[in-house]
Amino acid sequence: MNLEEIKSQIEANVPGCQLEIIPNGSPSGQHSLLVDTDHAFAVASFLRESASPRFDYCSNATGIDWPLKEVSTKVKTKKIVDGVEKEVDEVVKTQTGGYLEVVYHLFSVEQREGPLVLRMRTQDRAEGVHLPSLTPIWRSAEFQEREIFDLYGVLFDGHPDLRRLLMWEEFQDFPMRRDYVDPDDYEYEPTAHDDVLKRAQAHQSTEGGL
Amino acid sequence: MDEQLKSELRRQGVVATSLQELYNWGRKSSLWPLNFGLACCAIEMIATTMARYDLARFGAEVFRPSPRQADLMIVAGTVTKKMAPQVVRLYNQMPEPKYVISMGACAISGGPFKQGYNVLKGIDRYIPVDVYIPGCPPRPEALIDAFMMLQKKIDEQYLTGPNRPRHLNAEMASEFIVPEFGAHDLVPTKNVGVWEVPLVNISLAGKNESGRD
Repeated sequence: MNLEEIKSQIEANVPGCQLEIIPNGSPSGQHSLLVDTDHAFAVASFLRESASPRFDYCSNATGIDWPLKEVSTKVKTKKIVDGVEKEVDEVVKTQTGGYLEVVYHLFSVEQREGPLVLRMRTQDRAEGVHLPSLTPIWRSAEFQEREIFDLYGVLFDGHPDLRRLLMWEEFQDFPMRRDYVDPDDYEYEPTAHDDVLKRAQAHQSTEGGL
Repeated sequence: MDEQLKSELRRQGVVATSLQELYNWGRKSSLWPLNFGLACCAIEMIATTMARYDLARFGAEVFRPSPRQADLMIVAGTVTKKMAPQVVRLYNQMPEPKYVISMGACAISGGPFKQGYNVLKGIDRYIPVDVYIPGCPPRPEALIDAFMMLQKKIDEQYLTGPNRPRHLNAEMASEFIVPEFGAHDLVPTKNVGVWEVPLVNISLAGKNESGRD
């Protein structure tokens, strides 16, 4: 069963859901399914409970941080220059990213299907970081969602026990985010080079140097 | 006492020794390590205690599960920042005299995880280390070598005088600051009384020079 079939099956059974296939350009061609957050729980329940395909196993859940990024692409447009129509390259700037993404890998042990790659996106990276938890559907997602919360700061609504998993309770940052600044403890670098050397030198100048 | 005279006396069945020698011999021959491991180095530590390498030959076969009964802490493995306060607390709970072996690259400096956000860049930032063993992980022979080095170090200690060890000097602290979990890092990030920045001139590094003064 390919992704298009699964998509149309979901659309027929979960009214109002918005699905989008995100293509994967690599040779593996493992395309994924983007689900809107309002219907994500219903879609996941359908995938878990329906007779075919019955995705009874969530093997992996992980997070991705997409910071806001400006992408400029060249677009060929027709313009009238000096009375003559010409093709001119025009640079169009678009903004992408600016959200956190959670990826689930689903398998059907019963029907030997999978993996189905399910994605959810948050509204932004600051306040709107709520996503529905899929732990009530796949229990195996519990610790992985805790880890995503710990390292990316995604808040899973409906998670039974959303606490930090790897870092300590008092820790306030989300270390896997792209804009995370790690603590400045670069006092001693025995073989400093490149970026580490720059950081060590910056540290030395703040502490007076040797 | 003259070494030659001592061996001559021993041949006649008379053992002559000093209190210091006897005291150091007793301590170095029954080093009881604390029974704990943090990562893959602990597997090598366990292998060292087993029949093939047999750490029992050095009087260190009794791994104690309680810090109250241990003389030696083998920091075997990666010390994460979340684990560091517990390691320091265990060390504080050990009675004097106590020693530390920092086993493997991670315990020395953070090793392959040095540039990470969650690994302590060396346990010597919080507790005094007696012997460092490099390696990732070190072979059991290296741990045995560290034991012998530590035994030699204990054998050379004085009971009196200004160079006497910490446990015979009431003025020196035997407990160390246990770091607390902060919002971004451990607080404090290092114990200034224990750890000082090794002498490496960063400003020279990267200019085809060794960086060492």
